[in-house]
Amino acid sequence: MLTKRIIPCLDIKDGRVVKGINFKGLTDEGSPLELAKKYNKMGADELVFLDINATEESRKTIRKTLEKVARQVFIPLTVGGGISQIDDVARLLDSGADKVAINSAAVKSLDLISKIAKKYGSQCVVISIDVKRAESDWQVFTHGGKKNAGIKLSAFARQVINNGAGELLVTSIDNDGVQKGFEVELYQSLKDLEVPVIASGGAGRKEDFLDIFRKSKVTGALAASIFHRDKLEITELKSYLKTNGVDIRYEI
Amino acid sequence: MISIIDYTVGNIFSIRNALRYLGLETEVISKAKQVKEAKALLLPGVGAFDDAITGLENAGIVLELKAAIAKGTPTLGICLGMQVLAKQSEEGKKFGLGIIDTDVKKLSKERIIPHMGWNKVEYNNQLTDYYFVHSYYLPLINTTVGECCYGENFSAIIKQDNVLAVQFHPEKSGKNGLRLLQAFGEMI
Repeated sequence: MLTKRIIPCLDIKDGRVVKGINFKGLTDEGSPLELAKKYNKMGADELVFLDINATEESRKTIRKTLEKVARQVFIPLTVGGGISQIDDVARLLDSGADKVAINSAAVKSLDLISKIAKKYGSQCVVISIDVKRAESDWQVFTHGGKKNAGIKLSAFARQVINNGAGELLVTSIDNDGVQKGFEVELYQSLKDLEVPVIASGGAGRKEDFLDIFRKSKVTGALAASIFHRDKLEITELKSYLKTNGVDIRYEI
Repeated sequence: MISIIDYTVGNIFSIRNALRYLGLETEVISKAKQVKEAKALLLPGVGAFDDAITGLENAGIVLELKAAIAKGTPTLGICLGMQVLAKQSEEGKKFGLGIIDTDVKKLSKERIIPHMGWNKVEYNNQLTDYYFVHSYYLPLINTTVGECCYGENFSAIIKQDNVLAVQFHPEKSGKNGLRLLQAFGEMI
């Protein structure tokens, strides 16, 4: 059995880890390298870095951060933010990324997904989708949650998978940073997809992780603030999930 | 010194990183003469089977590689680098190196392919988690020492004489992965 993955997410702005609520009001959470080392030591299964500035300057910064982290952290690293062409992917992979997360660019060009998948394999392509609840479905948003992409999640998920996406990271904008739990119905609506889905947005307590793993088929859960602020330690979370019958990688 | 073969399908960055962290020296090679003189060989690999074999053919190192392994050079194959050591693969039309006496098959019994994530390997009567990313596998054979299950049981670790081959990515498998790379370092 594949184990469920616990994935800390580092939102990076100007070389620092930051976090907001519903994608707004950023606070400083610390140094990317120090946090990455801490999470690696505590048994995180993967790490995600998101460049939330996504300017040319910030992309250089994130590559440097990535290189530093990759030298000391030996778990899969996913990097996203501002990737709009295949050359961006090559540079990130050369800096130590194992996968790339594509957000706004995927909505703009499905062709980019197939190009990356063809060159580097589907396992390398994570499509990061930010959604808000709409009537009977969820609406896809881009540009850090600011722009309505005019497409429903169910249709968009199908399109990106058909074009070679290897994994979906689905973030509930409504629940982001609120710490009231994952939006369970959202992930239940994705149960028939043939690629792994990662739940993101809303983790506040260890019970939230148990809830999402029990009630949906997601293979991973991503969280930021609760880990950054030591509200919940990864070792404690994993031990709790294991005790409650979730298949989890647990080693000290 | 571990000579990592660059045949254009590797994630060389991560592997060098992990070996460097363990204090093991590495170099990246792609020529027949270098293969012949290597003290230890490492075949990385992410990608498609035929691309990998074509990469080895274009570098002109297929025969030299077979000879080096036959004469006892310690060799580690990782993921696709394990698969190219087999006879052939359902993924492609080309022949593999034929060092491991089996064919590579496609995973088919699980809905979600590739098999991606942390899974348990039974090795030395212990269960250890390693990180996998693959769609093809080597079946269980008499030199299988580590077994994993994803829809079907397959070879996660094969050890025969001077050859160690693993389907998972030790360079991305945390402490357990580093331990395995250390063990290869000790074979040299």
